Amino acid sequence: MDLMEKNLELVEIQKLEGHTDRVWSVAWNPVSSHADGVSPILASCSGDNTVRIWEQSSLSRSWTCKTVLEETHTRTVRSCAWSPSGELLATASFDGTTGIWKNYGSDFECIATLEGHENEVKSVSWNASGSYLATCSRDKSVWIWEVLEGNEYECAAVLSEHTQDVKMVQWHPTMDVLFSCSYDDTIKVWWSQDCDGEFECVQTLGESNNGHSSTVWAISFNATGDKMVTCSDDRTLKIWGTDIARMQSGEEYVPWSHLCTLSGYHDRTIYSAHWSRDDIIASGAGDDAIRLFVDSHDSVDGLSYNLLLKKNKAHDNDVNCVQWSRGEGDRLLASASDDGMVKIWQVATKP
Amino acid sequence: MVSGLINENPIIYPKKERRLRTDSSNTDEFTPEPIDQLEIFDHIRDIKDPEHPNTLEDLRVVTEDSVELDDDNSYVRVTFTPTVEHCSMATIIGLCVRVKLLRSLPARYKIDIRVAPGTHATEDAVNKQLNDKERVAAALENPNLVEMVDECLLPSDE
Repeated sequence: MDLMEKNLELVEIQKLEGHTDRVWSVAWNPVSSHADGVSPILASCSGDNTVRIWEQSSLSRSWTCKTVLEETHTRTVRSCAWSPSGELLATASFDGTTGIWKNYGSDFECIATLEGHENEVKSVSWNASGSYLATCSRDKSVWIWEVLEGNEYECAAVLSEHTQDVKMVQWHPTMDVLFSCSYDDTIKVWWSQDCDGEFECVQTLGESNNGHSSTVWAISFNATGDKMVTCSDDRTLKIWGTDIARMQSGEEYVPWSHLCTLSGYHDRTIYSAHWSRDDIIASGAGDDAIRLFVDSHDSVDGLSYNLLLKKNKAHDNDVNCVQWSRGEGDRLLASASDDGMVKIWQVATKP
Repeated sequence: MVSGLINENPIIYPKKERRLRTDSSNTDEFTPEPIDQLEIFDHIRDIKDPEHPNTLEDLRVVTEDSVELDDDNSYVRVTFTPTVEHCSMATIIGLCVRVKLLRSLPARYKIDIRVAPGTHATEDAVNKQLNDKERVAAALENPNLVEMVDECLLPSDE
């Protein structure tokens, strides 16, 4: 199926209002989707210091705010991430702490607070098995936390090789390899040789490796984990790849290399990029637009991407985050913006 | 005795006469008036320098020409000139300009702030900080910094 041949559009399903300041991030609960027979759940976090949990009613199909996680973080909540089991939500805040929340049916309770960073925490990510958590901060460090029994979290590593503010951390979808991106314009890869919790920086993707020339804001992997997309203040998206089979079978680290740069499509900083399960890359930028890209499948030598569609004025202000839902084939996209809104979109064929 | 100011003897330029705005021919109260360069300059000219009892206009840190504007595309860029090359107040000044414009312009506006090329020792570093909205947002959650910015933005009693 060639997506480029279909006449596709991004349809706004619903606008979720409630936050009283800009919304920085959204995160779909991994175990809830229509396919699972469970109502999809979405978390959003904001400059209003709260996190909102939104749920879609199976009857009316409309989204409502189920609960507000407040009175815990004392400053902006910058990002949030669900554990792979869907039971826990981690929240990263400018107040320097990372909250761990558990869903107790009708309400959420903060069961742990991770401290240690010297200043604003920017991002939090769970590994595929839920045994590790990673956080990063303006203090230039990346922390890896081990998840222990009884709501205990132990700091397993403090990684200080970035030379500036670290914007995002993202675990590889299948392997315990951690990726981080920063204001220092680089992406760093952290790997533990003996899987003993001793992580070290095994690769830095910078300008000399065809990397970005300004702050890298986000990283996203494809479903199989052999490719990733990064987005930057330099107004480009870059696609990187590795030999995942070799990496998974062998003992040694297999480096990532640059495959493709998408430039000339964005006029302002690109804050977010997300790779869907069916290979559509969505981007959210400072020009208020959402763009979708797909592999052109026609390049003789190497990879190339085409713009599938551009949604102008997706929001009234910068788009800070775009996230595809986890369900198979539903092509739902959530977006968060400086305009204080969260929006749910559907990719559909034009009538 | 060292007073501690970065620039103890800033040049204070003579005050220019302010142009009167001509009557607008647009009498329809529902059509938003186009914003022009002078209006943007009016928002920032009276911002006080963090260290001296003078405005950014007095010290020629900003001039009308330092405002580049594209109202149709809701875009503005302000280029400011710190009074000395090693001015550590450059980020504060840039932040004051950004905050004043954020508070004064319609939300649709995209604002870029930069140091005039060649006028500051670490201009790339300053520019990067001033245009990273996450850094700006975090800085504006710092009460001490907000107090300093608000001081600079207070209208002075003439």
